[in-house]
Amino acid sequence: MSVGKSLPHDAAPLHVTGAARYVDDIDLPAGALHLAFGLSTYAHAEITGMDLTAVRAAPGVVAVYAAADFDEMPDCSPSAHDEPLLATGKVHYLGQPVFLVVATSHLAARKAARLGRVDYAPLPAILTVDDALAAGSRFESGPVVWTKGDAGAAIAAAPHRIEGEMEIGGQEHFYLEGQIAAAVPQEGGDMLIYSSTQHPTEIQHKVAHALHIPMHGVRVETRRMGGGFGGKESQGNALAIACAWAARDTGRPCKMRYDRDDDMMITGKRHDLRIRYRAGFDGEGRVLGVDFTHLFRCGWALDLSIPVADRAMLHADNCYHLTDVRIESHRLRTNTQSATAFRGFGGPQGMVGVERVMDHIAFDLGRDPLAVRRANFYAGMAVSGGGASPPAPPRDIYAEKKAEDQDLASRAAVEAVSGGADVPVPLGVQTTPYHMPVVDFIGHELVAALEASAEYTARRGAIAEWNARSPILKRGMALTPVKFGISFTLTHLNQAGALVHVYQDGSIHLNHGGTEMGQGLFQKVAQVAAGVFGVGLEAVKITATDTGKVPNTSATAASSGSDLNGMAAQVACVTIRDRMAAFLAGQHQVPPDAVRFEGGRVFVAGASYSFAEAAAKSYAGRVALSSTGFYATPKITWDRAAGRGRPFYYFAYGAAVTEVVIDTLTGENRILRADLLHDTGTSLNPALDIGQIEGAYVQGAGWLTMEELVWDDKGALRTHAPSTYKIPACSDRPPVFNVALWGAENPEATVGKSKAVGEPPFMLGISALMALSDAVAACGDGSRYVALDAPATPERILAAINRQRDV
Amino acid sequence: MTDIAFHLNGTPVWLSDVAPTQTLLDWLRETRGLKGTKEGCNEGDCGACTVIVTDQNGPKALNACILFLPQLHGKAIRTVDGLTAPDGTPHPVQEAMVSHHGSQCGFCTPGFVMSMVAAHTTGRKDHDTALAGNLCRCTGYAPIIRAAKAAETAPVPDWLKAETDPAFFSAQISSGGKGAIAPAGGADSPPSPVCRPTTTDDLATWYAANPNATLIAGATDVGLWVTKQLRDLAPVAFLGGIAELKTIHDSGARLHVGAGVTINQLMEAVAPSLPSFAELLRRYASDQIRNAATIGGNIANGSPIGDGPPALIALGARLHLRRGADRRDMALEDFFLDYRKQDRLPGEFVEAVSFSHTAPALRCYKLSKRFDQDISAVCGCFNVTLENGSVQSARIAFGGMAGTPKRAAKAEAAMLGKPWSMETIIAARSAMQGDFTPLSDMRASAAYRTETAGNMLIRYFHDLSGLPVNVLEVTP
Repeated sequence: MSVGKSLPHDAAPLHVTGAARYVDDIDLPAGALHLAFGLSTYAHAEITGMDLTAVRAAPGVVAVYAAADFDEMPDCSPSAHDEPLLATGKVHYLGQPVFLVVATSHLAARKAARLGRVDYAPLPAILTVDDALAAGSRFESGPVVWTKGDAGAAIAAAPHRIEGEMEIGGQEHFYLEGQIAAAVPQEGGDMLIYSSTQHPTEIQHKVAHALHIPMHGVRVETRRMGGGFGGKESQGNALAIACAWAARDTGRPCKMRYDRDDDMMITGKRHDLRIRYRAGFDGEGRVLGVDFTHLFRCGWALDLSIPVADRAMLHADNCYHLTDVRIESHRLRTNTQSATAFRGFGGPQGMVGVERVMDHIAFDLGRDPLAVRRANFYAGMAVSGGGASPPAPPRDIYAEKKAEDQDLASRAAVEAVSGGADVPVPLGVQTTPYHMPVVDFIGHELVAALEASAEYTARRGAIAEWNARSPILKRGMALTPVKFGISFTLTHLNQAGALVHVYQDGSIHLNHGGTEMGQGLFQKVAQVAAGVFGVGLEAVKITATDTGKVPNTSATAASSGSDLNGMAAQVACVTIRDRMAAFLAGQHQVPPDAVRFEGGRVFVAGASYSFAEAAAKSYAGRVALSSTGFYATPKITWDRAAGRGRPFYYFAYGAAVTEVVIDTLTGENRILRADLLHDTGTSLNPALDIGQIEGAYVQGAGWLTMEELVWDDKGALRTHAPSTYKIPACSDRPPVFNVALWGAENPEATVGKSKAVGEPPFMLGISALMALSDAVAACGDGSRYVALDAPATPERILAAINRQRDV
Repeated sequence: MTDIAFHLNGTPVWLSDVAPTQTLLDWLRETRGLKGTKEGCNEGDCGACTVIVTDQNGPKALNACILFLPQLHGKAIRTVDGLTAPDGTPHPVQEAMVSHHGSQCGFCTPGFVMSMVAAHTTGRKDHDTALAGNLCRCTGYAPIIRAAKAAETAPVPDWLKAETDPAFFSAQISSGGKGAIAPAGGADSPPSPVCRPTTTDDLATWYAANPNATLIAGATDVGLWVTKQLRDLAPVAFLGGIAELKTIHDSGARLHVGAGVTINQLMEAVAPSLPSFAELLRRYASDQIRNAATIGGNIANGSPIGDGPPALIALGARLHLRRGADRRDMALEDFFLDYRKQDRLPGEFVEAVSFSHTAPALRCYKLSKRFDQDISAVCGCFNVTLENGSVQSARIAFGGMAGTPKRAAKAEAAMLGKPWSMETIIAARSAMQGDFTPLSDMRASAAYRTETAGNMLIRYFHDLSGLPVNVLEVTP
């Protein structure tokens, strides 16, 4: 059985030999051209003139386009139609593409793009949360507010109260492979696109829209990305559209890849935000009422900001049962890069808010933060097997009318299927702030296990003793839990397709709508497929994601890849296997369920065939050996306007203990040890899951510690290359790094009873920020809360230490 | 345009008519069609383009994105595409990376594999340092380190052994299999936009005649002029062929270090006598950069945040300059006049730097957002001597605090003759307020720089008294 085995990534042998092909490695037909954008140098300005003579005259330049060259400017946005390919009239952020150069080489295009002369009349630029609030610059007409109970009254009546404010920085994806796309013109005006994208269907849709051709005229192929992390959900649109446009105009293949600095200047990042909070609580630290205000800096265009900010609201509870809660979310429009999807999709931001509240309450009461967290946990798993509500039939999304010019497949699309109804709440079951019953909570057991394995209590004592002896260096430690909701919150995206062929030699061609960005999705799905047929992995050919094979795919996002595509592939494989079984059973005069597929062989009525023989026989018997598979997640229903429903099929859980040390003279800091325990249900591949968990933790800790995006007062991003933007390096990983899987099966009927793993462990990194807060607290006399903002750079830590000592 | 010969994955290559600032990475991918080596940042900060370049001094990991083809003359290049045996047998590092799940998206993997193979070939086991120049965004590094450790004991594969034999170079590579190549553009050659001198005299003559030329040693800074600023550089001189510039002479009291000595070579040279300086250099960029970058380049380019000068100034280094036949030397701090303005005449170049390597109280502190491969927000270097408990001499120099590397003259003065006490330190810290007016930028605010520079004095005091002050030395 291949499912559950720790097999290496399917492409690992190709990765280590340099043979794995990325878009830039694909040999294009002769005469291929290369593209580069000329970028805005103002954050907000009117374009008053443009002289591209020198650009056109530069060596190797074949074509140059600006707004005036388009009858209708192609749109690159995922749904709002607010991102022109090239600036039209005004520029809205510093780095916005203004003109497009097509040249005979990448370098020639880049050099020519520097020669454009654009005149601007600067306009006032809105750069910060405060600017946006003052100017009323926002998306949607006002803040979104979701409530449960009466937070205001509960806080007012509570014996203890805190309030505070926190800045949380954004994060650059820093996928090692930058954005890239290529377009190869086909006969009859069709276009073949190679794109490094998490969302081939959106690329297909946007290119078709730009070229004014039906989606059937565009085929998008994505074999793999060199990292995505959400940054390739919508941010690749502009490159693919530019390539397609230029390819049609010149009749030649066109490729565009952003130089790293351009990539960081042009594309969106994780949303930064400010969170204000007020909470009332009892003497044990139990929250009686809490009120959050999220102030998201969304950038110049809408992109995916609404579902991102929604997901922050959906994770404002994390593992904590909040009876009286109010969440107000502002989506502010600023003249900066349009913030976009990034692993966790707002969830981490919302979760940091409530973890900050827990930390603050613990300080206020002088209690151990873990005791306060625990006092607020949801009640334990109430209904074994999960599923508080009756299963809903899969929705027939094809029956829904497609709106003109709207990409239904984007997470920013408006609800295509009418919002859901409240789900029934079984007696005694607690609900989230959005009224979803929490029936699968395993935080108590999981945290208790981690507390023991990480020796939390003993180490806290040891740290206190060490700190008493160490005047300059101080240690700190924290345990934080994670509960992350699994499903796209736009319900109709929770569907997937697969296409499987069995050839007459018994080899299997596997295709599905998910994309591979390093997470090992293709291998997991192949393991599922091999398991259905009872064959080894070598029998299964993993193939590139291709909109011509599986249509109408959702982005590989929201941690949904293996849940959705694994199920769809399983359905397709079972269909073919059942046909083979029925045929062979008929040949042997036995019932079909007497046919077994195991160990690369097919057993039927005492006879045994190799799988290849069984395939050949089935072929000769005129059995259809190809099938699609389709899956739609059951049970989910969501009314986002009201903030009510069951947006998530289930929750994934985890917890982490991080220990840090800080230097009180400089704020320098370092993670010393991390212990992670994470819930992946019954893992489809423990090695790949552990890889996701380790990587996510380091990325999450990086977000909250060293990764700092800095804009200057003109709106120019000053950290636009790895020389100035620092992601964790090798020595930043915890020197002691214990990672374990929880191992209990998913109570819901997911593929192999597994759970999604892409995003949830990212939030284990929050423990690093809370550990730093603990270390800073060791510098003070306990009279003033640390209130450490993120990212906790040495400078912010030193400032926090100074606040402790000024008391 | 210039003639170049080297070995690529075991095959001799002879190039003529190559643009002197063509990068190895672009040539590999675009001209040679070898797509295994990746471009991640095009500035030497991510390591995705790492290749192994071997010469008489052994194999070194280098960033192909900021390596110009003429720098490779006479060397052997190994890329990820040519790492397996001819029969397809993987290198032990490749095998370990697969079995330990060291790759996820795979884009950084070729660079990691090459850095790991370079370390494996030379028997290095300091993996965190060897891999500090390779960024991975997927794995969190843990499985990569497991793979590196697992491969430690495997022998160097036979098919890579030939390249590690120094005889191979004199015999094979420099001829490209086609006989000897005369160094192009020597002193006696007709004027050429490219000079590849083999002696300091040749360089001196040519540079005096071409004072507007760009001198290229490691190209770790000049490389970015080409890949990021998109500048056309001409004329240029490649200094890699000048053996004299690569020598380190130890007179006993002083080290005399040629300008062409790489940062890694310098680090090795000072490790026994000046461990704190060596540790500062260990955190200087990455292994790939330190293998290329030279101390002469680090000084001559005049960066206010280069990590070499503050330490050298604290050591009382003297800089040796040459122009034509004229030589002069000066205190290193006097070389730095103003932001990116040095006391260097047209056609004059740095020939060497010399300094005392008896300085038991030298301590170098580097403050940056990330410990490895980051540029200093503040780099403070302290060298105090005491007599009868009082400060006899004090040399304190900073990077990141002014437009140039600069001594903290007022702080030094406040200490001289005073008893070595916290009271003196606090007084010196106050005096230091008058030494610097730092800037705010993306690395740190002016206030933070000022505060931490002062606090480094306190750290220095505690450090010399043996109190733990370094978070990197805390064990879990």
